[in-house]
Amino acid sequence: MTADPPAVELKGITKRFPGVVANSDVNLTVRKGTIHAIVGENGAGKSTLMKILYGMQPPDEGEILIEGNPVKFSSPQGAIGAGIGMVHQHFMLADNFTVTENVVLGAEKLHGIGTQAKAKITEISQRYGLGVEPDTLVEDLGVGDRQRVEILKVLYRGARILILDEPTAVLVPQEVDELFGNLRELIREGLTVLFISHKLDEVRGVADDITVIRRGTTVASVKPDQVTARQLATLMVGSELPSPEARESTVTDVPVLVVRGLTVRGPDGRPIVDDATFTIHKGEVVGIAGVEGNGQAELAEAIIGMRDSAGTVELDGVAIAGWDTRRRREAGLGYIPEDRHRQGLLLDAPLWENRILGHQTEPPNAKGFLINVGGARRDTTRIVAEYDVRTPSIDVAAVALSGGNQQKLIVGREMSHQPKVLIAAHPTRGVDVGAQAAIWDHIRNARIAGMGVLLISADLDELIGLSDALKVIYGGRLVADADPSTVTPEQLGVAMTGATGEETPS
Amino acid sequence: MSTDTTLSAAAAQPAAKPRSRRMSTSTILLIVAGALVGLSLVHQLANAPDVTSSGAIQAALQAAVPLGLAGLGGLWAERAGVVNIGLEGQMILGTWFGAWGSLEFGPWIGLLIGILGGAVGGLVHAVATVTFGVDHIISGVAMTILAPGVVRYLSYITWGSAGATQSPQVVDQVPRLSVPGVNSLKGLEEHQWFLISDIAGVLRGLLHEVSLVTILAVLLIPLTAWVLWKTAFGLRVRSVGEDPQAAESLGLNVYRYKYYGVVISGAMAGLGGVYLSTVTSAIYREGQTGGRGYIGLAAMIFGNWRPGGLAVGASLFGYTDALQLRRGSESVHALLILVGALLLALAVWEFIRRNRVVAISSAVLGVLSYVLFFSVDKIPTALVQAAPYITVLVVLALAAQRLRPPAADGKPYRRGG
Amino acid sequence: MTTAAVGARRIDVGKLLPQLIAPVAALVIAAAISSIALLISDKDPLTAFQHMYEFGTQPDQKVEILNKASELYIAAVAVAFGFKMGLFNIGVEGQSKVAAFFAGALASASFMDWMPGGLRIVLIVVVAMIVGAAWASIAALLKTQRGVSEVISTLMLNAIGGLVVTWLLNDHWGVTEPGAQIKTTGILPEDSWMPGLPIVSGTEQKVLGFFAIAVVLGAAYWFVINRTRFGFDLRATGYNPFAAVASGVNAKRMVITAMLISGAVAGLVNLPRMLGESHTYTEGFGGIGFTGIAVALLGRNHPIGMALGAILWGFLASSQIILDLDGIPKEIILIMQGVTVLSVVIAYELAARIGRRAQQRRVGVATAAAAPAAAEVVEESK
Repeated sequence: MTADPPAVELKGITKRFPGVVANSDVNLTVRKGTIHAIVGENGAGKSTLMKILYGMQPPDEGEILIEGNPVKFSSPQGAIGAGIGMVHQHFMLADNFTVTENVVLGAEKLHGIGTQAKAKITEISQRYGLGVEPDTLVEDLGVGDRQRVEILKVLYRGARILILDEPTAVLVPQEVDELFGNLRELIREGLTVLFISHKLDEVRGVADDITVIRRGTTVASVKPDQVTARQLATLMVGSELPSPEARESTVTDVPVLVVRGLTVRGPDGRPIVDDATFTIHKGEVVGIAGVEGNGQAELAEAIIGMRDSAGTVELDGVAIAGWDTRRRREAGLGYIPEDRHRQGLLLDAPLWENRILGHQTEPPNAKGFLINVGGARRDTTRIVAEYDVRTPSIDVAAVALSGGNQQKLIVGREMSHQPKVLIAAHPTRGVDVGAQAAIWDHIRNARIAGMGVLLISADLDELIGLSDALKVIYGGRLVADADPSTVTPEQLGVAMTGATGEETPS
Repeated sequence: MSTDTTLSAAAAQPAAKPRSRRMSTSTILLIVAGALVGLSLVHQLANAPDVTSSGAIQAALQAAVPLGLAGLGGLWAERAGVVNIGLEGQMILGTWFGAWGSLEFGPWIGLLIGILGGAVGGLVHAVATVTFGVDHIISGVAMTILAPGVVRYLSYITWGSAGATQSPQVVDQVPRLSVPGVNSLKGLEEHQWFLISDIAGVLRGLLHEVSLVTILAVLLIPLTAWVLWKTAFGLRVRSVGEDPQAAESLGLNVYRYKYYGVVISGAMAGLGGVYLSTVTSAIYREGQTGGRGYIGLAAMIFGNWRPGGLAVGASLFGYTDALQLRRGSESVHALLILVGALLLALAVWEFIRRNRVVAISSAVLGVLSYVLFFSVDKIPTALVQAAPYITVLVVLALAAQRLRPPAADGKPYRRGG
Repeated sequence: MTTAAVGARRIDVGKLLPQLIAPVAALVIAAAISSIALLISDKDPLTAFQHMYEFGTQPDQKVEILNKASELYIAAVAVAFGFKMGLFNIGVEGQSKVAAFFAGALASASFMDWMPGGLRIVLIVVVAMIVGAAWASIAALLKTQRGVSEVISTLMLNAIGGLVVTWLLNDHWGVTEPGAQIKTTGILPEDSWMPGLPIVSGTEQKVLGFFAIAVVLGAAYWFVINRTRFGFDLRATGYNPFAAVASGVNAKRMVITAMLISGAVAGLVNLPRMLGESHTYTEGFGGIGFTGIAVALLGRNHPIGMALGAILWGFLASSQIILDLDGIPKEIILIMQGVTVLSVVIAYELAARIGRRAQQRRVGVATAAAAPAAAEVVEESK
């Protein structure tokens, strides 16, 4: 045991929100110069805890000690002053700013905003091998680079304790390795890293200590070499983790969605989706793997008709390429958009109106040119029951529901119109395990009933577990096929970075 | 204000983003030179000396300044992420308080009081939009409804029922300066020589009898550019307009910097108002702003949310605004030559770039200009008065595509959200 | 068995109450600020309000209030059609001017003499709607084709429209009636004067006939917004434009349709007076379009809310006359109106926030407490 006080110590932290307790009696001790992982499923309260530690929200009860000294933060400024830095899951970078502008913001007093600051950035970048150029515009940077800018931002402020919130969620396995290399570099220099994740293998690989959070409270502290991933999972969920296991194939040889030469161009004329060709059969789930921003979002939006595109799309033998979104939906395309708050819901509208959304022209929502209020309400009640949407009433606004329940409503709504093909973009992103398992079940059942599914996901386990066939998208092109029954996440990761054109993992 | 929040964002989200269009000094100089040559040609072809006479240029400068100030007002607010359609209202406050202050305490204090009046208007808009999260457009409209009522009441209780719609004459004005010797250009101007007389007219218009307030206003353009892009304060203001969450995560008080932006915005608009009631004219009159707050906003959009660009826009709109003051019917008629030529040139250029909608519409407008030019000798006064508004529409329609507003412009922000 | 429970929508008091309190609170604030303004200028606010009330409730004044409210209500509905989808048609002012001018000029043109009066009224209404929609369509096309903000373009079109009308009226189509000073589009034949409605007792004065049309318009507005597919698409776009597009709404078509409807309704704004009072178009028309925005904000785009707002505004506008007789500047009304609008938008925003938080809390409690029992909750709501 060292004589040093722990870098961070949390004692009895409790935080309540209207109607929910996000954290209750959280206790945590982080040793100096270590990588300490905090694991827990979505909604377990990890993010709230980190926001408390970073001064973004005050705790209702409890005590925070930094290097042995009790602290109280009223804003991130206080946390930064105490040597804490945070790398957020969603990067906090202004696209239209240069790296320097992003880094010096709020810390202008240290080295100004000009030449001196740039020199300092270059120096830090070299010391930790981050490879960041001060004059680049952030919008020109890839995901990995942006993350390194975030880390640099924190180091620039002289942070000794780094919090990384789900840092690997957006990275491919190779980038994850690089990141872990950077992190080890940091602890070698005496820094402390707090690492939030729910990817258990990664956590066991990199952390020195692991703390498990369940339902808002700390349930265990373990050493990575003393637990198996399975034990960790059980600690995390309280029961066994669901897994998107593949079952017997239901794939038929009847094509239901045939896409040929689909090309989407950006405003500058460059192709964002480049000559995509593939077929989905009845009863088949085709998964699209790719690093975010490689055209998968645009591919989905082109098929549902939200983007202009060239090429042909046939739905159940009918050419639909020239159709608008509404006609495509009426013809049997279902759509679970990747960002439910942005594209899937009317947050301030009641649930029954959200049930109408996307199917405004179809029964039971419409009668001729009129909205069938009674029909929509009755069917919403049915969906709420059948899809286990937990809500006191169908008249509450969608915003009041948890992420998982919102997503179940969307899934129920899309499934209720018996789509021939479902385009599911990140269908379980940010939902709790219960909802995740339920959504997987619904997709599987619909597949058995003969539905085709285009599944886009960043979760490689979900892709491999659910898909009957896998395609890898890179730079807008479908560059590789993979067989989900044999491919490993690592192999997929290689293909997703476009490492090689011809080498097909399968 | 974003060019179109409902549509463009939905239609063309992430993908490739257009690069910011930034006007370099040389581009601006080139535009100025081209405009001069074009105007000289018009002057000769249509025998319309008032397109470049010193009187017309002076009027144009005086018309451009309030537009530019309103534009700067728009810039400060929108760089901080708040759309300020209430500029018009803040300008109205500026006209009244400026005139009242000048009458009571002399021109310089009057100037200050007018600026404060606008700033208070900005503060109200900030309270509604930043603190309470009211939709920016709605709050701006409410501001534009409130301001005229306030000044009408103040007018009434200050100057009595006769003064409810206008103030007494403001006698004491901020001094004007002339560059020594510039008045001797008058002879040159009267010769009607191609280009030479025009340059003489323009120089004399810009350098003779210029109010100190004009000079101050013109200096505010580079000053704004410097503060926003070269200082820590400016970086912070811009950061809350680009990505308030990022700014918040670095410990900035986002609300505070939004307040700064919007209050400065109101102050700029207020100065524009004072200018109207104490420099352009020497009297406060109801309705004096005449939508100049909105035109200033349009100048800023045209200028792609940058000070240099908005100065070009304000000059263009100010020039068309000033035409009505001096034989506008002839001048606008003559200018149709230039307008038609520019539109046709644009049509060819856009046709080459395969931008058919713009090419065809500018070709049609260009041909229409010439039809109008040859079919009448004078443009009716009412339509001359409409020239600046029409110019705004045409210019925005032909130019408003590859613009880049601040990323979080017009979006509500809540702490911890 | 399910129908009854489902059909009867639960009224959410926690959500509704703040929404009702908001405008009242705004009015109180406005009255308070106006009182302060009056006190500063040494006038007694209570007397002022009392006199206004006494004057405004006289039968003659009631008629004038309803007349004023009819115009304002039409303007507010025009604005609300856009506001509902987040489209800001600030151009009702210009659209209503251009529309009334063209309709009036056409209807009084000499080649129209053969037309029977009733048909002429229909013609005026139809032409005004078409012209209003056409003028609005410029802004719609600039937005959809060229991405020009409708706020800027409609404001510019207001100015342009006013000047075009001035030009045409003074230089071309205007006539000066004998004994009159100003130019008009010509007095309409008497058979096309719209008869008034004797609905206020105690006075000979009749309410403008267009009042009835305003009422019908309000009902139509409610029906279109709440019961038609188009109305759903409109509201969906207002809630969340991105989700609306993903749901199959054609955003551009939506902008154009909403703008055309808004412009067509705007075309009606000046007709109550033109058909029932002045019987011609003069340059004296105007101002209602902009005030209509205030009424729409006040009534939160709700058909009944806007009606109350229009009546309130009509009351303030017509009873202000009495203030001058008491030596109180009637301009205080302008302050009162301005403060009301500004405080009402803030109050509604606060109310929405409070309502949302209250609902979130209730849902949180209901689902957290009954996490295992959730199935029963769902069963219950069936």
